[in-house]
Amino acid sequence: MALLEVKNLHVSVEDEDIEILKGVDLTLDTGEVHAIMGPNGSGKSTLAAVLAGREEYVVTQGEILYDGEDLLELEAEERAEKGVFLAFQYPVELPGVSMTNFLREAVNAVREARGEEELGAGDFLKLVRERAKLVDLSADLTKRSVNEGFSGGEKKRNEIFQLAMLEPRLAILDETDSGLDIDALRQVSDGVNKLRSDDRGFLVITHYQRLLDYIVPDHVHVMVDGRVVRSGDKNLAVQLEEKGYEWVREEAAAAA
Amino acid sequence: MSQSETEYLEGVASKEYEHGWHTDVESGKAPKGLNEDIVRYISQRKDEPEWLLGWRLKAFRYFKMLMEDEDSYPEWAHLKYVKPDLQDISYFSAPKDKAQYDSLDEVPDELLETFERLGIPLQEQKQLTGVAVDAVMDSVSVATTFKEKLKEKGVLFMSFGEAARQHPEIVREHLGSVIPYTDNYFAALNSAVFSDGSFVYVPEGVRCPMELSTYFRINEQGTGQFERTLIVAEKGSYVSYLEGCTAPMRKENQLHAACVELVAHEDAEIKYSTIQNWYPGNPETGEGGVYNLVTKRGICKGDRSKISWTQLETGSAVTQKYPSVILKGDDSVGEFYSVAFTKGHQQADTGTKMVHLGKNTKSTIISKGISAGKAQNSYRGLVKVGKNAENARNFSQCDSLLIGDQCGAHTFPYIEIGNPSAQVEHEATTSKVGEDQMFYCHQRGLGEEEALKLIVNGFCKEILAELPMEFAVEAKELLAIELEGSVG
Repeated sequence: MALLEVKNLHVSVEDEDIEILKGVDLTLDTGEVHAIMGPNGSGKSTLAAVLAGREEYVVTQGEILYDGEDLLELEAEERAEKGVFLAFQYPVELPGVSMTNFLREAVNAVREARGEEELGAGDFLKLVRERAKLVDLSADLTKRSVNEGFSGGEKKRNEIFQLAMLEPRLAILDETDSGLDIDALRQVSDGVNKLRSDDRGFLVITHYQRLLDYIVPDHVHVMVDGRVVRSGDKNLAVQLEEKGYEWVREEAAAAA
Repeated sequence: MSQSETEYLEGVASKEYEHGWHTDVESGKAPKGLNEDIVRYISQRKDEPEWLLGWRLKAFRYFKMLMEDEDSYPEWAHLKYVKPDLQDISYFSAPKDKAQYDSLDEVPDELLETFERLGIPLQEQKQLTGVAVDAVMDSVSVATTFKEKLKEKGVLFMSFGEAARQHPEIVREHLGSVIPYTDNYFAALNSAVFSDGSFVYVPEGVRCPMELSTYFRINEQGTGQFERTLIVAEKGSYVSYLEGCTAPMRKENQLHAACVELVAHEDAEIKYSTIQNWYPGNPETGEGGVYNLVTKRGICKGDRSKISWTQLETGSAVTQKYPSVILKGDDSVGEFYSVAFTKGHQQADTGTKMVHLGKNTKSTIISKGISAGKAQNSYRGLVKVGKNAENARNFSQCDSLLIGDQCGAHTFPYIEIGNPSAQVEHEATTSKVGEDQMFYCHQRGLGEEEALKLIVNGFCKEILAELPMEFAVEAKELLAIELEGSVG
């Protein structure tokens, strides 16, 4: 059984009659890294949001199975507890809420769901220091309020740091590379690579092939206008970079 | 806002009031109505000296004038409520017809149980360590703990009534010196009919060895509570005082019109904290609840003195109060830290007045308003710099947080500058607990309640940090309880 199976997924925006996803199929297993590429407005981030349980989207057709379970039946926090993690494209600021407090609540919520005991203060701080190192994040940052006053790069590294803390089974990275300079990109990618494992799957959403030079995917899917129009291995990303999205778009049009 | 979130927030907004029970204590209650005889009756029941009755009567005659003039009722605040019928209120209620208790042995068990249930044990073996408590039910002070221990240091902590009898010279000198009875409508009313409150006197150079606390409880139906509190800190002294308040659930509105006067002499510091949790009324219909119409003011009389107000306001149907500081001494400091949380049909119009008269005076105002349900929450503040107040400094920050989309937040800052050297800063923000913030928390495994608690606590953090340690935990818990609801 695959970790994630998306079948013929159709999604509209709540209250509006606009269909954004028009029949997406995707199967992802643990140990794999899948990249989803596509032009702006193709529905990549919508897919990420629907997987994470954002409520302003309405699934009109199709299904999503996570570990064989109907993911759409679960609330966002239940999905998180079961190991679905989304690294946000635009991480949200929580003024006055310290990273440490926030993370402790999050880590313990997830641990409780797994039937594990709460982490004591000492063990927790040890874990923070250890995991912060993975993305070269200063442990001091955890004393600050969540994402408040963080630079763009720090925000993105903070997302990967949280990924490392929460140890999800399915990690979705939504344009984690956007707004990063080359050094920050390398730091983030290094962190992700260290977190690749046999019992974890990654869905990496990106606009540019650049990120995939660092995080080398097993599979690449191209999304255009709400559909996966082409899938392949890492070479597909290279082809795309050379030929541009027009190429797959024309092909898709020809096939339709 | 999504369906489940709206439902949840409605749940939050309708969380029931925890202290809504009442105690069956036989009470000796004055007949309803306000007239000169009632004022005399109160004074007599409290065995007051002649001069105090004289002061009450002057205040009453002034108030009578106000009552006859319909325009004198303060209606300028951003509040909508039916004016209390002052003739339909009983102005004095003493448990079991006893206007004063000379020792704890005289206090009936039901009363002690009432306070124990509120988490305020008064019996000696159970008393809270490090905190001296004066417990006031309806019009009477029930007991004051640690009195003797404080006396060793020369600190006087007792009910106002007791102070008027035992230390008339101090009371007489200061009563009405900060809030004259002509100050405003409710101050005039309070001056005429005030019942019990607390009195604190800290002699020169003494640092009060423990937190002082008064716990106010309205119990009797159809009564108002009109407490009067006076705190005097002599030269170089320090005192930290906290008041807490609750009331039973009643269908009719109960009036609470207190006056609090603080006097800080040279180099003295008074820290006054409030955790106000009066019954807020029925969250769905808005029926009942306490009208909390209070005048609180302190004067930094001496140079380098400091007065600091910290308040956590979560209760009452209607709250109108502006704890203020008159910065008369040079280099004196005034501070106001406030969290006002309104939900259901609650309304609050609260803030402060900082009046700079001395040179190099400094004031800080940090106000956090949180609204949920259908509540309306307003900040109203005045910063006034007199013409001789060279180098006055003020910093004001007013932040509002909205939960849901049926509530309101408003900010009314007033600034009057009479000296060109003044520096006054004002910052204001309004934010909504965003779907984005909630979703971010959910995505990390946090449910609705946990997420909201985190966000609200984060918003209030710098204010809660100002509360005395003994009460910071209580305050945090109170906020958490306020936020609890049945997750739909």
